[in-house]
Amino acid sequence: MDNPDLAAIWVYLSTSPLLGLTITLVAYSMAHKLYVYARYNPAFNPVVTSVTGLISILLLTDTSYESYFEGAQFVHFLLGPATVALAIPLYQQISKLKRLWVSVLLSLTAGVAISSLCTVFIARLFGASLQTQLSLAPKSVTAPVAMGISEQIGGLPSLTAAVVVITGILGAVLGPKLFKLMRIQDDSIKGVAMGVSAHGIGTARAFQVSSEMGAFSGLAMALSALASALIVPWLLSAIGILQ
Amino acid sequence: MDFLNGITLLLIYQLVGEVSVLMLPIPIPGPVLGMVLLFLTLLAHGRSTASLESASTALLSHLSLLFVPAGVGLIVHFERIAQEWIAISLALVLSTGITMATVAAMMHIATRYLSGKT
Repeated sequence: MDNPDLAAIWVYLSTSPLLGLTITLVAYSMAHKLYVYARYNPAFNPVVTSVTGLISILLLTDTSYESYFEGAQFVHFLLGPATVALAIPLYQQISKLKRLWVSVLLSLTAGVAISSLCTVFIARLFGASLQTQLSLAPKSVTAPVAMGISEQIGGLPSLTAAVVVITGILGAVLGPKLFKLMRIQDDSIKGVAMGVSAHGIGTARAFQVSSEMGAFSGLAMALSALASALIVPWLLSAIGILQ
Repeated sequence: MDFLNGITLLLIYQLVGEVSVLMLPIPIPGPVLGMVLLFLTLLAHGRSTASLESASTALLSHLSLLFVPAGVGLIVHFERIAQEWIAISLALVLSTGITMATVAAMMHIATRYLSGKT
């Protein structure tokens, strides 16, 4: 950057939201091409490759996350309407849902409780600090909701956002293998398990399998977000982690 | 025009959700309430519309992209993660696997007994 004109352009770009937004979209579209090229090999999950790429770029150019987020927030913002949009695939599965709703409610309530308790206990067992334990507790819940819960119970919302993404990727990668191992073939069952444990990233993976699996995953993700917001803070104070 | 009408409706429901959560003592996030309200509206209305379907397909088919900015947020927590990475990774991997297996097993058993399905 010793050319003064280039330096001036860089200063302009690094303070405008345009750059952060554009590199996010470019990184994702390249990551998605790579994923298709790798024949949907889970190791090339586009969220992993684009996040890795973007972090490297930020580190190399010495850009702060705050200035990157100035632009990336426009993408992040869409999580809100996307959450509302889940009502539509859910509605399209209404006849199947009417038949299965008792099973779905039972399984996802158990799932929400087990997910947060297991996470906190394992993290505590291996010596994580209390604040880390609390930030990890809502890790299976969709990002905007998980961040809200984390803030409410005294975790770090931004750490929660990051572990939520990692959890989603883990679920999307492990899920299909686990279901094969358990010999589960029903797409509605796979969808619910995916949505409860791996929220939107799992749901995105589920939509690649079938629209039925996607709809149930979306349903389970939405209902477990609701259930987690109600249960998790209460559960953690019941077992004495929160005073 | 379909897409625009659809996204507008989604934003209106989100807005109603966010405002209700602020005004009422409901401990759930606004977008989730918005989703519940939209779902109830669709139930009452009896059918979905082309504009809602076009907007929801557009948003949901690129759902992974929407998580990228939050994922890059990892950069802020490098230090904490460097110190506690063993506990964090074990907690994430094990509990994700356990949760997924439990929910799948419970769904499998519950649908068999409750819905008379084989």
